Amino acid sequence: MDNNNTQDRRSFIKTCLKVLPAATLIPFLSIDAKAFAEEGYNPEDHNYAMGIDVHKCIGCGRCVRACKNENNVPDEPFYFRTWIERYIIPFEGETIVDSPDGGINGFGDAAVPEDAMMRTFFVPKICNHCAKPPCVQVCPVGATFTSRDGVVLVDNDYCIGCRYCIQACPYGARYLNPYTRTVDKCTFCYHRITKGLLPACVEACPTQARVFGEITDKSTPISYFRRFNEIQVLKPALNTEPKVFYAHLDGEVR
Amino acid sequence: MEHLFERLTDAIQHATGYIYPNEAELHWNILIVIYPYITGLVAGAFILASLERVFNVKELQPTYRLSLLTALSFLLIAVVPLQVHLAHPERGYEMFTTPNPQSAMAMFGFVYLWYLMAVLLLEIWLDFRKDIIQWANESKGLKRLFYLVLTLGSKDVSEKAIEFDHKFGKLITIIGIPSAFLLHGYVGFIFGSVKANPWWSSVLMPIVFLFSAIVSGLALMLLVYMVSNWVRRKQNAMDCLDKLSSYLLYMLIIDFSLEALDFVHRLYESEESIHILSQLIGSKLFTSFFVLQLLVGTLIPFTFLTLTKLVRIGDTARKVLYFASGILIQIGIMSIRWNVVIGGQLFSKSLRGLTVYKIELFGMDGLFLPIAILIAPIFILIVVVKLLPPWPEAELSK
Repeated sequence: MDNNNTQDRRSFIKTCLKVLPAATLIPFLSIDAKAFAEEGYNPEDHNYAMGIDVHKCIGCGRCVRACKNENNVPDEPFYFRTWIERYIIPFEGETIVDSPDGGINGFGDAAVPEDAMMRTFFVPKICNHCAKPPCVQVCPVGATFTSRDGVVLVDNDYCIGCRYCIQACPYGARYLNPYTRTVDKCTFCYHRITKGLLPACVEACPTQARVFGEITDKSTPISYFRRFNEIQVLKPALNTEPKVFYAHLDGEVR
Repeated sequence: MEHLFERLTDAIQHATGYIYPNEAELHWNILIVIYPYITGLVAGAFILASLERVFNVKELQPTYRLSLLTALSFLLIAVVPLQVHLAHPERGYEMFTTPNPQSAMAMFGFVYLWYLMAVLLLEIWLDFRKDIIQWANESKGLKRLFYLVLTLGSKDVSEKAIEFDHKFGKLITIIGIPSAFLLHGYVGFIFGSVKANPWWSSVLMPIVFLFSAIVSGLALMLLVYMVSNWVRRKQNAMDCLDKLSSYLLYMLIIDFSLEALDFVHRLYESEESIHILSQLIGSKLFTSFFVLQLLVGTLIPFTFLTLTKLVRIGDTARKVLYFASGILIQIGIMSIRWNVVIGGQLFSKSLRGLTVYKIELFGMDGLFLPIAILIAPIFILIVVVKLLPPWPEAELSK
């Protein structure tokens, strides 16, 4: 009997120890993505990802423009939710990278004459919506968070503008919106995808260099993309587990 | 807004190599440079106080109370640069109401409060309690009321009560040492744990921060002690200055060794980032790293302090060398903070380019605000020592 009592007490304390940390999380759980989503939409049923085929990108910049228009990203060339980089690997010397105005107007002549180029290609960049996002980890108030459908979002009404997340993002995907004075970034066009639409950049791409969809469902474009391409992610050594998957990515890309 | 865009356009024009388009704006400015500088001074000054208290270093007795009050004056200001730097300062309280327990920065608020309330204020109060009661009895009017409030209702000055104050105070100091280590080691962790940034990401960062904090705090107290004596036309206790400068020299050597270890380690491992980091210290950080941090802030004061230990030098000359070392070390520590905070943002995370940071004079990003914040603790200290005189003769008169 006595033994039972000790056992009970022990398991009670154990339960308390388990529940306490969970209880501290309640305030953060209450900030969820429902505010953005359509009625009847259940975020638990989804897990989004993007695929980018480097071979298909022609550097036209339509994705950058579509994104700026769709998401009220400031026009000035210091704020981008998505941008395109041009890589030129010459036969001799160092790789040259540029992204004039984020590539929104396409790319002009290269600094290297064509016969000196060994290889050249365009790489669209975007928030990687990491499964282990360092930005979410460091946010002191929980204003940036991972939604239940796997999208990394920022709560505009809650961000204090400390910009620790900007420092923590290895990909340069975040900026401080000068008008709202809060941190801003790609949302995978959350207001569109929760209505079953595609992100603006995916829809605007004339060569289908970007594909988007559910990774858990085997019959989606992103699942085909992952099945039939050799996949790379950016900066894998940092263990952020990006959910933007690249096909035909060059080792020079950082 | 136009001004911001002009500045960013200028930054892009002066950037070399490739930077990500969102990297035109440098986000943690000079306000974030002075934040670790000030907290470092606090931790260092407190550790000096505990040397006397816990380890019974008798020579340092004249600096004990002064160090506590200096630590308090700087600690009261320590969060100001952080708060002012927020893009939404009115939301700053969220860090206390809904902290993200995973965030290094969120926990800083609690470490700070713990240190302020549980360690520093309590220790100062216990140490001054008897004097406060006496001052309350001796003074009149508003002044009496002020001291009466400060007594928090305690009146007991029996030997037993004073004995208890001492014992409890010592316990607080013992708790205080790891707390001071925590306070500043923690600031180092805020930077050292950012894996996206190869200039910051280092396990040594909290330790380097800690020892540079002790160095800066000791140097500050050397200056505060000498200046306070000069203002009050009192003689410096030379054995106190000698002891203080000895500790300063030892800590400077440890701090320099740690910095050197970090530097050599990076060079030897020569990781992916070494190319851009070499460019960084060879160009943008050349003056602040090699000239200010290394030469002015470390090697020259090291030479001065070593001289005073090896060669027989007269009191006046020694005082000059100590004072000069104190000033130079402050310049050096400020450069360390600059090199960490600003240096860590001057290269692109693409590791392909360098960006620029131009300080302005006015406005939230200007130079005047941080200077005002840096001077404020000195004025606070002047007021605090008026209210709670830490001088030996004030103690003797009781």
